[in-house]
Amino acid sequence: MKFLDSILLRIAALFRRSEQNAEVDDEVASHLQLRADDLERSGLSRAEAERRARIEFGGEERYKEEIHEAASGINSVETLCSEIRFSLRVLKKSPGFTIVAVGTLALAIGANALVFAVLNAIVLRPLNLPDEKSLYAIERGTNGFVSYPDYVDMRDRNRSFQSIAAFNIIQPSIDTGHEPARLWGYEASGNYFETLGIKPHLGRLFQASDEQGSNSAPYVVLGYSYWHSHFQDDPNIVGRTVQLNKQPYTVIGVTPPSFQGTLLFMSPDVFVPLVNHDQLGGNDELNARSKHWVFDTVGHLKPGVTPAQGAADLNSIGDYLRATYPKEEPTWKFKLGRPSLYGSFLGDPIKAFVGGLMLLAMLILLAACANLGTLFAARAADRAREVALRLALGSSRHRILRQLLTEAVLISLAGGVVGLAGSIFLMRRLSEWQPFPRFPLHVPVTPDASVYAVAVLLALMSGLLFGIVPIRQVLRANPYEVVKAGPSSVGGRRLTLRDVLLVTQIAICAVLVTSSLVAVRGLMRSMHSNLGVEPQGVVIAEADLSMAGYRGESVATMQKRIFSAMETIPGVKTVGLADEPPLDMNAIGTVVFTDKTTDLRSSNAIAHPWMYRVSPGYFEAAGTSLLAGRGFTWHDDNHAPRVAVVNREFARKVFGSVPDAVGHYFKRQDGSLTQVVGVVEDGKYFNLTEDLTPALFLPLAQSPWADTWVLVRSSEDPEHVAAAMRTKFRELDEGLLVYIQSWPKEIQSVLFPSRMATLSLGVLGMMGAILSITGIFGMAAYSVSKRLRELGIRIALGARREEVLRAALGRAVRLLAIGSVAGLILGLLASRVLASIVYQASPRDPLVLFGAVLAMGLLGLLATWIPAQRALSVDPLILLRDE
Amino acid sequence: MPDQAQLLPGTLDLLILKAVSLGPLHGYGVLLRIGQISGETLLIEQGALYPALFRLVRQGLLKANWGTSENNRRAKFYELTAAGRKRLREETEGWNRLAGAIASALAAQPEEA
Repeated sequence: MKFLDSILLRIAALFRRSEQNAEVDDEVASHLQLRADDLERSGLSRAEAERRARIEFGGEERYKEEIHEAASGINSVETLCSEIRFSLRVLKKSPGFTIVAVGTLALAIGANALVFAVLNAIVLRPLNLPDEKSLYAIERGTNGFVSYPDYVDMRDRNRSFQSIAAFNIIQPSIDTGHEPARLWGYEASGNYFETLGIKPHLGRLFQASDEQGSNSAPYVVLGYSYWHSHFQDDPNIVGRTVQLNKQPYTVIGVTPPSFQGTLLFMSPDVFVPLVNHDQLGGNDELNARSKHWVFDTVGHLKPGVTPAQGAADLNSIGDYLRATYPKEEPTWKFKLGRPSLYGSFLGDPIKAFVGGLMLLAMLILLAACANLGTLFAARAADRAREVALRLALGSSRHRILRQLLTEAVLISLAGGVVGLAGSIFLMRRLSEWQPFPRFPLHVPVTPDASVYAVAVLLALMSGLLFGIVPIRQVLRANPYEVVKAGPSSVGGRRLTLRDVLLVTQIAICAVLVTSSLVAVRGLMRSMHSNLGVEPQGVVIAEADLSMAGYRGESVATMQKRIFSAMETIPGVKTVGLADEPPLDMNAIGTVVFTDKTTDLRSSNAIAHPWMYRVSPGYFEAAGTSLLAGRGFTWHDDNHAPRVAVVNREFARKVFGSVPDAVGHYFKRQDGSLTQVVGVVEDGKYFNLTEDLTPALFLPLAQSPWADTWVLVRSSEDPEHVAAAMRTKFRELDEGLLVYIQSWPKEIQSVLFPSRMATLSLGVLGMMGAILSITGIFGMAAYSVSKRLRELGIRIALGARREEVLRAALGRAVRLLAIGSVAGLILGLLASRVLASIVYQASPRDPLVLFGAVLAMGLLGLLATWIPAQRALSVDPLILLRDE
Repeated sequence: MPDQAQLLPGTLDLLILKAVSLGPLHGYGVLLRIGQISGETLLIEQGALYPALFRLVRQGLLKANWGTSENNRRAKFYELTAAGRKRLREETEGWNRLAGAIASALAAQPEEA
C-alpha cells in the first residue's frame, strides 16, 4: 500500500498538485483576511472576526477539493488516486473475497495469455523475411513433395513468381576433425537465398550460378546459431573444408542471426546445395522425375498476381507435365499457402487446434467473469446499507459506481498481473520443451508486447464486465428504504441476472468438463488401439550408413553385418531391419498397378500404399503377425525374383481377399512384376487417426536403402539392450552415428497431437471445474447467509433437515442442473470437432456421458457441502436474539 | 438541494462574469459586487465561489493575477479575457431570451376558444 501510495503521489506531483495547493491555500487565506477585515470594521474583535469568516466560508476542505476538480477537470488523477486508496482499504477488509477473486482471474487470464502466446508464436509470428507478404509455399497433392525435375520445370516455366526456390530437410553427419556429430539442415536450391532476399552475415551464400549439374556445388553455408555455438564466431571458418557424410564440403559463409530458414518449427544448422543431394545421401534420385522427395518449394508472387492466378499458372504447368510424362506425374493439384507452418499440411490442423484452445480459454475467462459478477452482485447487495448511507449523505450515484468499478478493475489488474507472471513461467518451460526425441523443435514461445497487451486488455475488459453487473442494483437502490428496512429482503422467486450468469457459467464449465473427458477417453483408446506392431520390448536404433560413407553394394553388406551382430546380443529374441519404422512421422508412399495394367500412368494405379523396405525377421521383431504365406528370407536378394509382403488392406484392395493375394502378381511403378509371398495384419502407418491404408513391404536386399533402422526385440531391460547395441555398433564401425531409443518412447511422438489435445483440454477442464465449484459455492453460501434468519425460524418451527436443505439450496441445485444439462449438450456437440484430433474421441460414448454427469454432480455436492452444513447447524436462538 | 445544485453553476458563472466585467476584482470583491448589483437578493455561499472562479480560469474566460487590495492585503485579482467578454455577451442574450420567454409563458391567461 505504501509503495502504491508513493507511486500515486508521484503521478499527482506530475500534475503540480503541490503548487496548486499552495495557491489555493493562499487565496482562501486572503479571502478570509479580507472578510475578517470587514467584520472587524463592523465592531467584532479580530479573533471573533476571523472565526466568523471561517464559518461563513463553509466547508473549507470540501471546497478546496472542489477547486482542484474545477481547476483540472472532473476526472483528475487525484480523484482516481483517492478512489484507488479507498478501494484498497475496502478490499483489505475482506481478504477472502479479494484472494478468491484475484485467484480466479489469475487462472483465467493466465490461461488466455499462455494460449495467446502459443498462438502468437506458431500462427501469428512471421518468419522475419523481407517482403514476407508475397511469399508463398507451393503445395501439391497430399503432402507437397515434388521431384527435382518437377521443381526445375515449375521454376523455369511459371510466369507468376519472381523466382521459386526449393528445399529439403536433411540430417547429415558433420566431421570437423574432432567428434563426428549429426545435425539438421536444409538442402536448398541455388536460388534459395536470392529468392528470399537473405544477405550473408559472413562470407557468401551459394547462388544459382554455383549449380552446374549434379554434385557440382560442394559448398556449405552455416546457420548463425550453429556457427556461434560450434565455431565460437570464428570468422576464419570461411574457406575451411568440413566432412558432411564423409564428403568434403567447403564452408563459404554464414547466414544472418535473424534468418531461421523457411519453416517455423526448426532452425537449420547448415545449408547445402540441393544439386548435391545424390552425393550427400548416396542416392540416385536428383534427375528421376518419378521420385518425389523435394520437401517444399517457396517463392514470391510477382506484384499484382493473386495467389489464385499463381496456382492456376502452376496447374497449367502440372497439366503440361502430366501430358509429357504420364508415367511419372501424379494428378495432384497445386495450391498456395503460408510457408511458415509447411503450408496447410501442418498449418491448418495447428491453426484449428490453437484457435479452438483460444476459444476455450476465452470461455474460461467468460466463466470467471460470470463467477466474479455473481460475487460482486452478492457483495453489492450486502453493501446495500453502506451504499444507501453514502447516497443519503449526499454522495452521487456516479461516484459510488465509479468506486465499485475501480474495485473491480483493481482486482482484475491484480489478477492479470499474477496470471501473466504464471503464464510467463509456463512459456519458458514450453519453449524448452522437446516433445520429439529426435527432432529439435524450435518454437520459442516468448512474451512479447502483444502478449502483454492482450493480457492487460483482457484484464481491463473482464474487470469492466463483472464490475457492471451490480450497477443496476445500485442505481435502483432507494436509500431510505434500505436504511429503514435493513439489507435483508424478499427471497425473490424471479429469475435474476445473477441466476442467468450462474447458469451460463455452469454450462461453460460443463462444456469444458465434457470435452476434456471425451479427449482423455479418446487418448486412452488410441493407446490401446491395434497399431499392427507391438512396440513393447523393442529397442530401435537408427544409423544412416550414408553418413559414414557407405555407398552402393557396401550398404547391403554392412546391413547384414549389423543384423548378425545384433543377433549375438544375449537375450535377444529377434532382430529386424527397416528403412523406416511405422508411425515415425515419415512414411513413403508409392503406387501399384494390377499385373494386367499396361498404361502405367498414376491415374491408372489400383492402390497408393505406404512402402517399407524390410529385412528377414522384421515382422517378428516388430510384432506384426503374418496372416498367410511367408515373410522374407536372406534368399530374397538381387538375384532372386522380386517379391513382396502386403497387408490385409492391400490384399483386399488389389486382389479381393487374403487367400487370393498369396502367389499372385502386381506391377510396380517401374513396370516390374512383383509376386506377393505373404500377407500381414493391418496397422497404423502415418498417424493414429488414419483409416485402413494399404501397405507394401519389400525385401531390403532388393531395394537397398542406406538409412537403416534396427529393431531388436528382447526380454531384457531396454537400457541394457541399448547399451549392448551401442557397443556392437562401435565394434562394427566407429564412424557410425547411431540414435538408440526404446520403441515405446520413440512412438510417443505420434501420440503427440492427441496428448497435447488431452493435456490442454484436461487443464482447461480442471479450471472449468474449479470455477464452477467456486461459483456454485459462492451462490449457495450467499443464499444461505441471506436467509439464515428464515432458516432459523423454520428450524424453530420444527422443519425437517430435508426441508431446511431444500429451502436453503433448492435454487442453487436447480440452477446447477439446468446449467449442467445445457453444457453437456453443447459439450457433446463441440466434441465432434475433437474427433479429428484425438483418435476415436467419440462424444456418444456412454462412459463419457456418465462421467460428465457424475463430475458435475460431484462438483455440485462439493460446492454446496459447506453451505449445507451451515444451513443445518443454524441455531435459531442465537439468530432470533441477534437483531 | 438537488434543484439548486442543478441551477447554480450556470447562473453563478454568469453572475461572476458580469461582476468582473465591471472592473478587476478579487474573490471577496466578486461576492460583494454580486451582492451589491443584485440588491443583496442573491446570496452565495462564500466557499462555493472559488471552484467556479478556477473553472472559469481553466476555460480561459478569466485571467488572474496576484496584487494588493485597497486595505493592503495580498489578493488574487480576476479580470475578463476577450473570450470571457464574448461569453458574457452570449450568455446575457441567452438568459434574457429565456427569462422573457418564461415571463410571457407565465403571463398567459386562459383564453376562450
